[in-house]
Amino acid sequence: MEWEAVIGLELHAQLATQTKIFSGASTAYGADANTQACAVDLGMPGVLPVLNARAVDFAIRLGLALDAEVAGRSVFARKNYFYPDLPKGYQISQYEIPVVGTGHLDIDLEDGSSKRIGVTRAHLEEDAGKSMHEGFGAMSGIDLNRAGTPLLEIVSEPDLRSAKEAVAYMKKMHSLVRYLGICDGNMQEGSFRCDANVSVRPVGREAFGTRTEIKNLNSFRFVERAINYEIERQIEVLEDGGSITQETRLYDPDRGETRPMRGKEEANDYRYFPDPDLLPLEITAEMIESVRSELPELPDAKRERFVSDYGLSNYDAGVLTSSRELADYFEQVALACADAKLAANWVMGELAGALNKTGTELADSPIDADRLAGLLKRILDETISGKIAKEVFEAMWQGEGDADTVIEAKGLKQVTDASAIEAMVDEVIAANPQQLEQYRAGKTKLMGFFVGQVMKASAGKANPAQVNEILKRRLDG
Amino acid sequence: MSIDAAEVAKIAHLARLAVTEADGETHARNLSSILAFVERLSEVDTSGVEPLAHPLEMTQRLRRDVVSEVDQRERFQALAPATADGHYLVPRVIE
Repeated sequence: MEWEAVIGLELHAQLATQTKIFSGASTAYGADANTQACAVDLGMPGVLPVLNARAVDFAIRLGLALDAEVAGRSVFARKNYFYPDLPKGYQISQYEIPVVGTGHLDIDLEDGSSKRIGVTRAHLEEDAGKSMHEGFGAMSGIDLNRAGTPLLEIVSEPDLRSAKEAVAYMKKMHSLVRYLGICDGNMQEGSFRCDANVSVRPVGREAFGTRTEIKNLNSFRFVERAINYEIERQIEVLEDGGSITQETRLYDPDRGETRPMRGKEEANDYRYFPDPDLLPLEITAEMIESVRSELPELPDAKRERFVSDYGLSNYDAGVLTSSRELADYFEQVALACADAKLAANWVMGELAGALNKTGTELADSPIDADRLAGLLKRILDETISGKIAKEVFEAMWQGEGDADTVIEAKGLKQVTDASAIEAMVDEVIAANPQQLEQYRAGKTKLMGFFVGQVMKASAGKANPAQVNEILKRRLDG
Repeated sequence: MSIDAAEVAKIAHLARLAVTEADGETHARNLSSILAFVERLSEVDTSGVEPLAHPLEMTQRLRRDVVSEVDQRERFQALAPATADGHYLVPRVIE
């Protein structure tokens, strides 16, 4: 039987605010345990939550970017469950009326087409603390610094049909929240996490199969692997005549498999009700317009502009706009050297390669945009060839200075003096009489051999176009 | 609408309340009569009335995103039954 996977994602984006969603405690990452957990975060008696204006502003930003309706009035609710990292015994979330309603996000598929993925809703809620099970003997240690950190939970429609589509959607959302400046996207620190709802059904059937939820996936790779594993597992169960149990599962990256989470069977009875401590959140048209007027250029718009303004291919523009930092870097190089295609090739080629190889973030690149542009200018004014430029790039990467300094120090300036090149050409021809004879007898592809010899004789510094022209003249003459 | 002792037991468990079996019967009876009393509200036609989220006709006031809390860990942890290395200790929970 042919099967089809049906996947929906719940993405949790930690909002990049200075303080918690309902208290004035700092959200800075990496502080000593519980030094940023105040009375409100601890759920002390008598405290009251007060909503953070910036968290609301960030939610509006996302709503606008997803072309979604931003609710004029939304309501906070209590989601009740007991767990040691949740001091109040409930999480403040939104249930019936979320701040962001139905929207959508377009993703690119491998075949070059694009697909519109529905976003059901996004709501504001508070994060829980962290439980440590190692190092405290027979006890668990609880750090509540994260408790009360603002989250936007972004829920997709079950529109995704493969693990690859799910990852493409997650990457696009990851890029978007960073463009918007509402989330730092740091997945290692848990700032951007994913729960995946997965089910399978026979191709052609309308009704969904029973789904399982895979919790707490914190890397793109794990999302892809966990979903693929879960799809295969479900198909196997069904083909063996079994049935799928609706349950929460965890992904074990070491074993590459998902397995049921123990002991939370009854946890789905959350008994939501409106939180009496919080009044309805009102978002006025003026607030929305004020946020709209400050929205940055978004990835899709930037991509279209890169195609129309710089003549880049849709694919290249997509790569260069995958993050705001990369797009800004490229654009700065392109404007400074005035050759966008050359800039694109170098940013996606040498630069991306070097960053990748050394595991360096773009922000920490030893070669900034101005310096890269300086190098490309020397290619464009024919001071150096593209090949020598790679050597200069390498030296710049090692911190040997800007392009002109390296070219000067290493004596890499291209030889464009025609008489000097002619002398080298004559020398090479004189040293290879046999090849010359063969060439003149009609074996013209030996041209490549001669070019190579001349370039070698010049240590790569001769202007290749001039070498070709002079060689051809001499050999044919 | 009425609820039985089994439902009372379930709700009590979800709320981590210790309710004896004998008390459960009483609670079920009392809760059922409260529900029956409230049920009279369903006689009112509420179509077109927005659900009430809060009895006050006010909206949420917002707070500026500025740190206003200082570290009071020692004071808070003095109240906790057990702490170590700045962590609150609880009976071991494993997922």
